[in-house]
Amino acid sequence: MSGSVAKRSAAERSAAARAVIERVTADLLSGLHRGVIVDSPPGAGKSTLVVELAKRLADTGEPVMIVAQTNEQVDDLVDRLAIAHGQADDPAAGEDRKGLTIGRLSASGYVPTERVVRHLGGPDSLDDCVTVAGKVADLGRPAVTVATAAKWARTGDADWPEGGWRWAILDEAYQMRSDGLLAIAPRFAAGTALFVGDPGQLDPFATIDGDRWAGSAWDPTDSAVAVVRAHNPDLPVHRLPYSWRLPASAAPLVCKAFYPFTPFEAGSGPQDRAMKVSDTGSASAGPASIAGYIDQVIDLASETGWALFELPARHTVRTDTEALEACARLAARLVRREAVVFDPAYAEGRMVSADRIAIGAAHRDQAAGIRAALDRHGADLSGVTVDTANRLQGREYDVCIVLHPLSGRRDATAFHLETGRLCVLLSRHRHACIVVARAGIPDLLDAHPHTDPVHIGVPVKFPDGWEAHQAVLARLAEHRIPAPAIR
Amino acid sequence: MNTLAALARVEAFAAEQAVPLATVRHVHLAPHPLVLVPILLAGEAAAPLAALVGTDRADPQLLVVRQPRDRDQRFAFLADLARIVVGYIEGRRGETELVEATRNHEEWERHLDAPQLIVPNCGGIDALRLLGRSARFRSSQGPYPVDPLVPILGRYLTWFAEDRAPTAGSSVCLALTDVLGSHWATGQSALEDQHLAALLAWIVPQHFAPPDGRHLTGAQAAALTEDPARWPSAGPATDPEFDTEILSPLVTALQRAAGDPAAERRAEDGLRAALRDRLAPTWNLMWQGIDLLAGLPEAGHDSHRWMVDRGRFTDFARAIDEGAAPQPRREGAVAAAKRLADLESAQESYDKQRALDDPLILAGYRVTGEAFAGSVVAVDAERQDTTGRTPKPRPHVWLRTADPVVLRKGTKVACAQRPNQRPVIVDVKREGEEYIVELELVDGMGRRAIPEEGSVPGAGEYRCYSTVLAAERFPPPPLPELAATPWTHGGPPAAYTPTGADHDEEWH
Repeated sequence: MSGSVAKRSAAERSAAARAVIERVTADLLSGLHRGVIVDSPPGAGKSTLVVELAKRLADTGEPVMIVAQTNEQVDDLVDRLAIAHGQADDPAAGEDRKGLTIGRLSASGYVPTERVVRHLGGPDSLDDCVTVAGKVADLGRPAVTVATAAKWARTGDADWPEGGWRWAILDEAYQMRSDGLLAIAPRFAAGTALFVGDPGQLDPFATIDGDRWAGSAWDPTDSAVAVVRAHNPDLPVHRLPYSWRLPASAAPLVCKAFYPFTPFEAGSGPQDRAMKVSDTGSASAGPASIAGYIDQVIDLASETGWALFELPARHTVRTDTEALEACARLAARLVRREAVVFDPAYAEGRMVSADRIAIGAAHRDQAAGIRAALDRHGADLSGVTVDTANRLQGREYDVCIVLHPLSGRRDATAFHLETGRLCVLLSRHRHACIVVARAGIPDLLDAHPHTDPVHIGVPVKFPDGWEAHQAVLARLAEHRIPAPAIR
Repeated sequence: MNTLAALARVEAFAAEQAVPLATVRHVHLAPHPLVLVPILLAGEAAAPLAALVGTDRADPQLLVVRQPRDRDQRFAFLADLARIVVGYIEGRRGETELVEATRNHEEWERHLDAPQLIVPNCGGIDALRLLGRSARFRSSQGPYPVDPLVPILGRYLTWFAEDRAPTAGSSVCLALTDVLGSHWATGQSALEDQHLAALLAWIVPQHFAPPDGRHLTGAQAAALTEDPARWPSAGPATDPEFDTEILSPLVTALQRAAGDPAAERRAEDGLRAALRDRLAPTWNLMWQGIDLLAGLPEAGHDSHRWMVDRGRFTDFARAIDEGAAPQPRREGAVAAAKRLADLESAQESYDKQRALDDPLILAGYRVTGEAFAGSVVAVDAERQDTTGRTPKPRPHVWLRTADPVVLRKGTKVACAQRPNQRPVIVDVKREGEEYIVELELVDGMGRRAIPEEGSVPGAGEYRCYSTVLAAERFPPPPLPELAATPWTHGGPPAAYTPTGADHDEEWH
């Protein structure tokens, strides 16, 4: 984008983001489209949009269904909706002007989480706008009903409102599989649907080979949005323009590598965010030789927002002990050095506690190895999140430490090259991201140009993993700190 | 390929001898499988050239197309093939068993047998798929009639190659190299494993020993099979040298001989002899491979899986009797979603069944962290959940394992001793290089307040718990009817209206 846009003030940026919500609302209410798609880069206020739109659609007086992919996401949404709109806008208006009523459909065996319980109207709860039930009929016709896609697919049609739901909001629609959408779409087929999601994240997957459907417009293994767009090319597509999460140091790289044709910018300016680390206790980080390097990496990351800790080139098994140990040490050192982050929202500074740090990896056994290494570094690190890219989707931290998916590998498989995986790992942080990798990944990429078969009728996906990885590595090379082997 | 399979390959390479990947046979082997070695003409999608086919290893039938570019001869070949294949299938439809009614299905009859087609490699299955597609839409009436059995064959070949072959655990249509490759690891590449001769050479090198009786290692025997003259490719493609040096002169000779019955017979005999020579080595290898598989003990779930195959066969054969339309060229949105659900659920059951039947497969999951094994160190069998109206037994079991446990709290696992009991991991603690896993038993203990005898593992018992064994199958969510396909998936499919060249054809 041009420089003039970058010079916009915070208020102008905020207004531009609000304007998108207005346009989406107008398109939905116009009755001209069966659906509207909103693409959102990481941390661009997708949840805010969903909560806002749910309220506006509910205000039409017709039933709204919201589809999320996991129970965790459903509970988050219910909580946010209840906090934002659970109480009457104008309390003076009395009983007949209650706030938004929210139904939470759940499978049997669901135990409401803390953040749902506080809206159920029991003792000590904030309000009573939420009802939880296993059947639509037992919810008592709430204005908004929220459930997972799997739960929606199993609601019997006897329970549906007359003519189905007028409004549907499908959250994380790029993570939903097309066959899942087919199962729930009849519920809102006569109404209007809003598809919201991040096109750069991990695609849904099937446990079997889906090549037999490649090129078909209703490939059941494809994402819900891809199939909807293939059949309805005229649906309006909106885009949220600013990432409020990613710092100014990260947005350009993430945008260039993963969203080359749908540019976005950081919602904050380069001066808005800062991270400072103290110099305390340097000896306790382990053998003096390696501790110095770890500290250098942290210094670089706090200064520039990025650091690549490059271990000596070596082919390793997936659970590369040295790389796992390096990830754990970095997290331990960040906590011990009492990193503090600054933002206009917390101008006085905020301590980067263990729970504000995440370590991301490609595989579960790597995550387990890092967890075990962290445990050896002290019980105070138990709050650090260690997880795979799939499970880190949608989450946000101050600092993210990433074990590069191609570190130590001999080959670059489609799994490890997948753009979504790298994108998730590199876009979880508000302040800094540290990548741990074995040297030699660019050579590995050059030795493995992608060889996936090309199918007729399958739109070419940009960027491809190979290209995205090269873009990321080229940029990270400027933030590289090579390390000796850790003993 | 998991780490254990990779290790097996390394070991096979070092020992120059194939290494078993399984302790039992994970496919069903019918007493009289129909072995089929098809070869197609190079350069055309589905132009059959020849096939060696039969259930008797001593007496295969050779089918040959004299001029593979001649479409009439192609369908005459398919008619001959249909008489053998459909005849074989009809032979499996003798006796039936009564299946009692369930909640979702009324009482029905299931055939006691089902056909089993074995081809050399996955290319062979693809050849069946192509032949099936070219045959199933043909008609025995109209301008270009074919033998009425041809469209029936087309439907069956499609069922074998597109329906059952990709379904995990189905044994009605097998590619021999795939089956052998999932039971033995060799020291050669996966691509080389596609060559039936090379694969068998690693497993049974003694069958490839030269006449002087010299002992060969697997690697040495596999090197011998690189001679295409002695061990020709198992098809469906022939090698170019054969095409130009042998096949082309013979086909030309046959054309030249037109009009002279004696010369024609001589030329045809020459062509048949050349193709028989080409196919015979593979034919013999096929039966060696089948014998090898027959030597493995049957897997525990073999009869169950074969029963599913028999049921599907019964349904499909009845649909053919009732004049079902040929399978569509492309599946619609609803059919595709249904098939995906079927294929995924079949894969999940097959993975689970293999892990239950075969400790070597289960060991593979321990390597990837999807299972852990060890001894029960403590048991609290009396523990109860008293929060409800009636107390429920909720025993806790502590297991010590040297496997690195990567499974999270709240994960359900199961063990082969009680596969229907799915304890939940409540806690995982590290103790040095070992882990202590705390499990809560929530089901599979009977209906009373006290767990049934033997339903709670005792201290000292060795168990291997895995998530794969705990996989539960939920019925897939209902999908809309075809006519109610929502707009997201293009709406209800429009009726077929022929356009262009199709419009000018009489058949529509």
